[in-house]
Amino acid sequence: MNLLAFGIIAEKIGASNFSLEDIKDTDSLKEKLLQQYPTLQELNYIVSVNCKIAHGNTVLDDLAEVALLPPFSGG
Amino acid sequence: MPMNRFDRQIILKDFGQNAQLKLQKAKVLVVGAGGLGCPVLLYLAAAGIGKITVVDGDVVQESNLNRQVLFGEKDLGKNKAIAAKEIISQKYSDIEIIAVSEFITTTNIVALVQSHDLVIDGTDNFATRYLINDACVLLTKPLVFGAIYQNEGQVALFNVSDANGITTNYRDVFPNPPQENQIPNCNETGVLGLLPGLIGVMMATEAIKHIAGYGKTLINKLLIYHLLSTSFHEIAIDKHPHASSLIPKTITELETSNYGFQCAVSEEISWWEAISIYLQNEITTVFIDVREIHEQPKLSDYPTTFIPLKYLSDKIESVTAYSNIFVFCQSGVRSKQAAMELALHFPDKNIVAIRGGMNTFREKK
Repeated sequence: MNLLAFGIIAEKIGASNFSLEDIKDTDSLKEKLLQQYPTLQELNYIVSVNCKIAHGNTVLDDLAEVALLPPFSGG
Repeated sequence: MPMNRFDRQIILKDFGQNAQLKLQKAKVLVVGAGGLGCPVLLYLAAAGIGKITVVDGDVVQESNLNRQVLFGEKDLGKNKAIAAKEIISQKYSDIEIIAVSEFITTTNIVALVQSHDLVIDGTDNFATRYLINDACVLLTKPLVFGAIYQNEGQVALFNVSDANGITTNYRDVFPNPPQENQIPNCNETGVLGLLPGLIGVMMATEAIKHIAGYGKTLINKLLIYHLLSTSFHEIAIDKHPHASSLIPKTITELETSNYGFQCAVSEEISWWEAISIYLQNEITTVFIDVREIHEQPKLSDYPTTFIPLKYLSDKIESVTAYSNIFVFCQSGVRSKQAAMELALHFPDKNIVAIRGGMNTFREKK
C-alpha cells in the first residue's frame, strides 16, 4: 500500500511517500512502523485511510491510501 | 456602503450586495498577529469585514519580518496587535479594528469569543490552540483553524454542521495535546514566509466564504498543503468517540482548566533585540537577573530586578506591574527555567529568556 507521511513523522521515517506490503490493519501498521522507527514512540499522530481518519483499528488492503498525520502548532 | 472599494467582489456572480452586507455585519476575532494572522488580517480588512479584533501579547522582532508581512523595520519592539491595528486603520477607514495587546488565556477568552461571530486561530502553540478550540465548542462559534510546520500547513473549519448535522472540532482530529516540546516550532526549525502566507490566505478565504455563504467550505475536512511538492491532501473528519469528554463542560470549568501554557515559552532572544524592545517600552519593561547575588558582572544601564532562581516563586509578584519581562542568567540555562515558571504564573505577559545570558552581553549592538 502507498503511505504518505507528514511533518515530523516524515522526518523520522526519512520519506514523505513510501510503500509497505501485507499489513492487515492500522494497529499492525503502527506496530510495524514503531519497530522500524523506534523514535515514533514519543510522537502523536493519526492515521487516515482512503482520506478518512481511522479512529479505531481499521482494516487495510494493498490498494489503501494511508496517511500519517501529526498535529502542527506553528503560526 | 462607502466608496466602491468592494465593487469587484459585489459584481461577482453569486456573491453580490447581500454577501457584502454579511461581511460588513460580521465580527471576527483573530487570535495571533504572526505569520498566519498578518495575511488573515490584511485580507479580512480588504474584503470589508465590519469589525475585526486582533489579540496578541507579543512584540515585533526582526526575525519575524520574513513572514509577518504587515510589519516593517519601523515596527520592531511594538506590540503586534497595536501595530496591526495602526497599519490596517491607515489603509481602511470604513471598518472597525480593535487591538487587544495581551495573549489569550483562560481569563480573557470567554468574553472575547462570546462577542464575535467567528474566531480565527493563528497562534503558535498547542496550549492556546486547545484552549481556543474548547472555548469555541462551548460557546458554539465557528473556528477557522490553520497551523504550519516547516514546509507544510493544515487548514480546517470547525464547529459548523454539515448537511447531516454533524459538527466536528480539533479534538475530533487530535483528541489530546502532544507532550510539551514533542513538536518543535518555527523559531526552532525555520520557515519560509510564503508558507504562513498561503495558509493564512486560505484561512481568511474559509472565513469569508463561511460568513458570506459563498461556495463550499472545509466543514469536517482537514486540508494539508505541502509546499515542497506543491500538493494538497484532504481528509474527512468525523466525530471521535472520546473527544467531547475531553472538553470542559461549563465556562467555569474552562476558566479553571490547566492548558499547560509552558508550551508558549520556548523562544529566546538576543540582548540586542531585548534592548531595542526596552527602548520602545521603557515603563512596562523589566530585566530579571536570576543569578545568585554574588555573580558578576552585573547588568548596568537597564532596570534590573534581582531574583535568584531559587527565590523566584516567593518573589514572583514583584514583577506584576510589567508587561515585557526579560530573564537572564550567566549562560542562558537558568533563565529558560525561570521564564517558564514566570509564564505559567503570568500567561498574558510577554516573558522571554535572553539567549546566552551575561556571557553574550558584550556582543550587543
